[in-house]
Amino acid sequence: MHLKRLLGSATIVAATLATTPAFAVTEINWWHAFTGRLGELLTEQVETFNKSQSDYKVIASHKGNYSETLNAGIAAFRAGEQPHILQVFEVGTATMMGAKGAVKPVYEVMAESGLSFDPNVYLAAVKGYYTTTDGKMLSLPYNSSTPVLYVNEDALADAGLDPKMDLSTWENVSSALDALKAKGHNCPLTTAWQSWVHLENFSAYHNVSFASKENGFGGLDTTLAFNGPAQVKHIQTMGDWAKDGKFIYAGRRNEGGARFRAGECAFFTESSAGYAGVKKEAKFDFSIRPLPYWADVAGAPQNTIIGGASLWVMQGHSAEEYKAVAAFLNFLSTSEIQAKWHQDTGYLPITMTAYEQTKAEGFYEKNPGTDIAIIQMTGKAPTGNSKGLRLGSFDQIRGIIDEELEAVWSGEKNAQAAMDSAVERGNQLLRRFERTMQ
Amino acid sequence: MQKRATFNNRLLPYLLLTPQLAVTLVFFFWPAGQAVKQSLYLPDPFGLNDVFVGLENFEFLLTDSYYLASFQTTAIFSSLVTLLSMGTALWLAVMADRVIKGSGFYRTLLIWPYAVAPAVAGILWMFLFNPSVGLVAFYLEVFGYDWNHVLNGAEAMGLVVAAASWKQISYNFLFFLAGLQAIPKSVIEAAAIDGAGFWRRFWTIVFPLLSPTTFFLLVVNVVYAFFDTFGVIHTITAGGPRQDTMILVYKVFADGFVGQDLGSSAAQSVILLFVVGILTVVQFKYIERRVHY
Repeated sequence: MHLKRLLGSATIVAATLATTPAFAVTEINWWHAFTGRLGELLTEQVETFNKSQSDYKVIASHKGNYSETLNAGIAAFRAGEQPHILQVFEVGTATMMGAKGAVKPVYEVMAESGLSFDPNVYLAAVKGYYTTTDGKMLSLPYNSSTPVLYVNEDALADAGLDPKMDLSTWENVSSALDALKAKGHNCPLTTAWQSWVHLENFSAYHNVSFASKENGFGGLDTTLAFNGPAQVKHIQTMGDWAKDGKFIYAGRRNEGGARFRAGECAFFTESSAGYAGVKKEAKFDFSIRPLPYWADVAGAPQNTIIGGASLWVMQGHSAEEYKAVAAFLNFLSTSEIQAKWHQDTGYLPITMTAYEQTKAEGFYEKNPGTDIAIIQMTGKAPTGNSKGLRLGSFDQIRGIIDEELEAVWSGEKNAQAAMDSAVERGNQLLRRFERTMQ
Repeated sequence: MQKRATFNNRLLPYLLLTPQLAVTLVFFFWPAGQAVKQSLYLPDPFGLNDVFVGLENFEFLLTDSYYLASFQTTAIFSSLVTLLSMGTALWLAVMADRVIKGSGFYRTLLIWPYAVAPAVAGILWMFLFNPSVGLVAFYLEVFGYDWNHVLNGAEAMGLVVAAASWKQISYNFLFFLAGLQAIPKSVIEAAAIDGAGFWRRFWTIVFPLLSPTTFFLLVVNVVYAFFDTFGVIHTITAGGPRQDTMILVYKVFADGFVGQDLGSSAAQSVILLFVVGILTVVQFKYIERRVHY
């Protein structure tokens, strides 16, 4: 009985296997780092693509957080089992660019596929991060965001402030913090991703250098430069705020988000992609404002830079499979998919047409503040200081910056000493990275 | 005349040892050898371009004041975890040994936390003490204490020590209890008849007779604190604030798997291998002398 049934199912399996090639469906693997709502939306995109045609099938697999996904991709490459597409966060960009034998540049994949591909439809500020200096796109921007200021307007009103007050400069924010503190507010300001917001984006926004050689775009022999007067002044001011209880440090990642969404904090600097969470949970009137700048720094505000991830195509697959990859990347870049992604998540649309479409649909009027990120990023043509960052070992360098910033927040070091130390320690890592790339 | 089984085949003993040797070779010597080899290279993450650098990875580490500070952190952390988990476990075991009614109930409850994985234990403690949503942190604030292990290094250290020890107490408790029950009751009763009080009996009879168990647990706990506490650190502090809870094994992970710096990570593994080797030798050479078997 059992044997018969077993044999029966074996035959069915064998028959299925034998007939599969007849459909000639090319399967491609995509490893990503999204869970929760973002994971659902990603799966939805994949399903839409799979249903839209019958030649290709994308299989998306979650591989942990950003660092873990990158690790999984690297380990798989070493074992010869790499996926076709790997989602890599912007911090890993230099690592991927250096791995010339491991990745297949997107422009090459597109050219070989014969599909139409115009790199100019992508937003310059987003695209710039992932293209070579001569304009060749290496990876496809997927989820990109930029930091903005979230404001709890109820908290401002309670402190006797005008909830709609001008908060475009840190000078104005500072006076609001004083008022909040005077009223006994427990958490006037908190932040997520401190290095990304208050050093990396701060530098771009104030048009000061984060690292030499155009923040690493100009070569591997770059050195860190974020211990300049503008950055030190900002970090020192925040350190003073921390001492006075005006700035509350909640953690290295986005721990501060829970406190802001619970209504405990008045101001919160966080990625524009935090919008979905704030909108869902906040039981108070909130608004999104552009990231503040110091009015006394000449050249501010410039433009902010992106965070998020892009899709890298890995080497070692067949031409047919690369064609499937090209078709999928093309699908992801369409205005409909991009506009929906932008509206659902708060991530930036990666093409100008997706932005125009969202505007035409009246989304920005219904959801005020959701276009701030894109305006803030694209308002000015990027300079050498505001194209983005391209630094090796940057995940580790961010860890060092986190440690040094914590030393400032706790009052153990002053900003100048902490930033000098971070630059020195980070430079050692950059030199090590440079040597592995020769 | 005693019958003795003799094996004349010279190969047989080796043959019988082969499975164990093979396991040791494949799972210990081979990876350890790989680590030693890797520690001499500066590899790029994808393994496309390995640069031989000799002992430079070690030089880089040993001149890095932050790496040297990590030794101190590890020493403090391991000593505290070992002391706290063994001390508490011994006290609990002595108490549980005296209980007559419902002793099975107490024992089961005390052994329970051992079933909790380090990472889960870490999450539990992290939630209790989370400065924004933690229950304990909330009540501490009610009593006027502003708990913030995200920024306060001493609090962070206290928290990871508590979480790491809490889990290990059960394991130690189990061994201490078994050790206590193996001590002949007649010896203790004789001392009691001679008029020795509880504490005197404990220090002059029980504790010395328990020393083989204590020594075994000391070795196991030090190794635990050095290596297995990774999950606790990872979930609660990730080495922060600053580098206040950055123990050696966590730095191996952070540099190797977050930083993709496999050369430095391998060099750290080799150093760690030596440190634990030396510690174990020291324990066997100096502390074991005081053990009464």
